[in-house]
Amino acid sequence: MTGPAADKIAAGGFDGIDPPDTEIYLDCVHCGFCLPTCPTYLVLGNEMDNPRGRIYLTRAISEGRSKITDRFVEHMNLCLLCRACETACPSGVKFGFLMEAARGQIERNYQYPPAEKRFRDHVLRTFTDLDRLETLTGLLRLYQQSGLQSLVRASGVLSLFGRLGKMEALLPPIPDQRLRKELPEVLPARGQKRGRVGFLAGCVQRFFLPQVNLATAHALAENGFEVVTPKEQGCCGSLLVHEGEREHAKAFARRTIDAFERAGVDFIVVNAAGCGSVMKEYWELLHSDPVYRTRAEAFSKKVRDTSELFAQTPVNGRLRELPLKVTYHDACHLAHGQKVRQQPRNLLKAIPGLQLVELAESDFCCGSAGVYNVFHPEVAQKFLDRKIDRIKETGAEVVVSANPGCTFQIERGLKDRGLGVRVVHPMELLDWSYRGAMPPGLQRI
Amino acid sequence: MIRETRGFPSPFTPFKEVPPGNAKAAENPMLKDKARIVRELEKIIGPNGVICEEDELRVYDTDGLTIFKAMPDVVVLPSSAEQVAEVVKVCHRETIPFVARGSGTGLSGGALPLEGGVLIGLNRVNRILEVDYENKRAVVEPGVINVWLTNAIAPRGYYYAPDPASQIACSIGGNVAENSGGVRTPKYGVTTNHILGLEIVLPDGEVVELGGKTLDTPGYDLVGVFVGSEGTFGIATKVIARIMKKPEAVKTLMAVFENLEDASNAVSGIVAAGIVPVSLEMMDNNAIQAVEKGVGAGYPLDAGAVLVVEVDGPRAEVEALVHPITEVCKKNRVREVRVAKDDAERLLLWKGRKAAFAAMGQISPDYYVQDAVIPRTKLPQIMAYISELSKKYGLRVANVFHAGDGNLHPLILYDSRNEGELHKAEEMGSEIMKACIGMGGSITGEHGVGREKREYMPLMYTEDDLEAMKNVKRVFNPDGVLNPGKIFPTGAKDVKAGPLGQRGIVEKVLGHS
Ligand SMILES: Cc1cc2nc3c(=O)[nH]c(=O)nc-3n(C[C@H](O)[C@H](O)[C@H](O)COP(=O)(O)OP(=O)(O)OC[C@H]3O[C@@H](n4cnc5c(N)ncnc54)[C@H](O)[C@@H]3O)c2cc1C
Repeated sequence: MTGPAADKIAAGGFDGIDPPDTEIYLDCVHCGFCLPTCPTYLVLGNEMDNPRGRIYLTRAISEGRSKITDRFVEHMNLCLLCRACETACPSGVKFGFLMEAARGQIERNYQYPPAEKRFRDHVLRTFTDLDRLETLTGLLRLYQQSGLQSLVRASGVLSLFGRLGKMEALLPPIPDQRLRKELPEVLPARGQKRGRVGFLAGCVQRFFLPQVNLATAHALAENGFEVVTPKEQGCCGSLLVHEGEREHAKAFARRTIDAFERAGVDFIVVNAAGCGSVMKEYWELLHSDPVYRTRAEAFSKKVRDTSELFAQTPVNGRLRELPLKVTYHDACHLAHGQKVRQQPRNLLKAIPGLQLVELAESDFCCGSAGVYNVFHPEVAQKFLDRKIDRIKETGAEVVVSANPGCTFQIERGLKDRGLGVRVVHPMELLDWSYRGAMPPGLQRI
Repeated sequence: MIRETRGFPSPFTPFKEVPPGNAKAAENPMLKDKARIVRELEKIIGPNGVICEEDELRVYDTDGLTIFKAMPDVVVLPSSAEQVAEVVKVCHRETIPFVARGSGTGLSGGALPLEGGVLIGLNRVNRILEVDYENKRAVVEPGVINVWLTNAIAPRGYYYAPDPASQIACSIGGNVAENSGGVRTPKYGVTTNHILGLEIVLPDGEVVELGGKTLDTPGYDLVGVFVGSEGTFGIATKVIARIMKKPEAVKTLMAVFENLEDASNAVSGIVAAGIVPVSLEMMDNNAIQAVEKGVGAGYPLDAGAVLVVEVDGPRAEVEALVHPITEVCKKNRVREVRVAKDDAERLLLWKGRKAAFAAMGQISPDYYVQDAVIPRTKLPQIMAYISELSKKYGLRVANVFHAGDGNLHPLILYDSRNEGELHKAEEMGSEIMKACIGMGGSITGEHGVGREKREYMPLMYTEDDLEAMKNVKRVFNPDGVLNPGKIFPTGAKDVKAGPLGQRGIVEKVLGHS
């Protein structure tokens, strides 16, 4: 709704740049259905850390009854943005948009203590600047391969580095970067051509999970898709949107749109749930951009998670037996953010020999949540522990995850508990099934 | 005189906030001595469970009925029954008013700290302590969410019968306090029929047990007295609940009608035929619109009304019931009767019904829900009257209700941003209540009197009746420090100040003006 009432509400304690949408508050009828689905409410146990409370706090600021205080920032930042509340909400409250807008306001109008600010900036730059990430990955690989990591970890020197030291613990093993370079800009379709798709290589998955990108591209090609991975694409901006750096994110969104428009593709395929979710919502991010608004809408309509694309068209070719017992973890930004639940399961069921066992609380956040585990390691650990408990109950030897953040988080949790369970992407399974070969360590004993 | 009849200044107006400590300074030591008391509470609970800053406290100033607001001075979030008792002792010693809160889904303002003071949130006291399948009972803490109990025992084929539509969110402690009903009420009754025993903390901090683990204990039924006391007799810290074995068979039917009248007549017809369904729930077209937008339960969007009927029991019996129910519906011009073919379809039909209030945000910014009860035979008349009122006030109404027990929930849809609309909604609500009483019904079926309906109590009870009730309350809560301002009318002063009173609505209903 527009008009004077809306303007007045939009003012309040927020500025006029993308203020939280008053219509969203009005959708909330305060019924509390979201409470027990909110991970932070279950763990922290107070009303400020659940969606109903967060909406109420934000509304109070919008209406000029409160201000952006330290405590407000704390509760807003403690939100995982997992959007489980959106799945639970019968009134269709778009909580994610509200939270993203509120965080945008916080980024601009709240003064973090200087050390905190530096830390935040450092983390966000690291994960979204591809050049920086490239240098860093090189160094990190060296650090791990040279045996230095074991030395450093054993020395206890990391504890001197405070939060950066803790970040080190989150570091996944860095793969051989030659794999990354195997992905060509255009991978031709095999067999009868079904279409031309653009592929988002992502930031984190590009450097830390190149094998997933390769598997995705090959599985797509095998299914008759010509796979274009435009060189000029960079970070899609999803982390930045979540952390409230909206202007920066918008620039990334525009760059992504440009890159894929030039590529002239039927669909834009994404194998990282967090990225796909934000790209499907570029229309919202850019809604006030006169040049990009309509282009963003068109772009968003073309975005598909890999499993969605495979649900649209039956899987091609000969799949070989993959005798594995697997369980599927619903990434929040796939299940809650994109409402994609059944497609990845169906895809897994199509693989012969593969046994899919359901994971209890499969759509409960694992605590990765972008860089949440970096900013709130203690809270994140609680979600992870719960996830690992559930995984253990399934007796599966492989956990399937369609989001890099979840993959690293769950991998680390499994390792810390000494469980020999692997975490893989659905596209890897599909690719293995095409090849009829699994990587070492997964062959049935 | 008990505390809440003293007529505190009640500045509760919609979306205006009450500053912390709205009681008179002399009455509420929180105002003078907050720091000391907070320190003491922190010693009991730890700093993580004590909230005392205004920008955080505000989230506790309302419940599922957002038209009333009152801020506590302090919120404490204990994790154990022992901590609850310790906190209550402090409140008692200092005569600080205090109130229990479960999930805050209440629809009568029951959990609002009307005189400020301490709000005790029980959501962290949430363990299922014991399940005894053989003797069909479970011992749970009050913060356990209603559906968690059923989820926990379902793998063994058991369930907890009382299932308010809010069961995915509300706490069993809150259910006990409100004596909540649910969609299974026609056959299985309300909460009180399923509570065997309680551990409660009395307003002076003493912990006592009421009832026990057996179906009936000798002496007075104090459990029965406590259930439904709306948080004014004590704080339940343990609940011994009956659990039930899942029936052999369940069938759920959706009957689609062109209008409410036919559907209402079908309800009466089903009951008159001697059928005891588990559930007999009705929704009108506005409710259907909201539900379909919100959860897509498969109700036809062009239906005038939908009935959801469930029967359970031995397979043969259940099969045999489907036919007569269908026949009654046919006699009342039913358009279609659909029997859910599997569990998934059944659950979806229920998901829709249970999400109905919560989905109102789809079709209206605000709603004001009524909880009136009428003799079931009067359903067609009251429905006609409500639709007349809807025209008169120019406000839409969505009807979602437990038709099987004549418990109506007209949801009056309004927009609080439009000057005067809330006022109209309240006025219309009071006319509905009055009409229900006129038909031999009551002002509340299951949501409780709380803050919202206290001024309406004289419509149903004489001074003597109310005095008798107060005498019961004095036994448990002699100083009135626990949950003040609820259930009993507070007199003209409050009537004037409250949102209903300010606009003279209550006087009108009471015939004072
Ligand atoms: C969408 C929706 C649908 C609903 N459907 C139904 C329905 O079908 N049937 C129905 O009956 N109700 C229904 N309700 C109302 C509400 O859910 C119930 O009244 C419920 O029992 C309240 O539980 P709560 O935990 O939220 O309690 P709260 O709202 O937190 O508190 C309610 C009252 O209980 C007291 N209280 C809480 N815990 C304790 C305790 N441990 N000891 C003593 N007192 C305590 C509080 O002081 C207060 O007076 C619905 C509400 C919503 C929002």
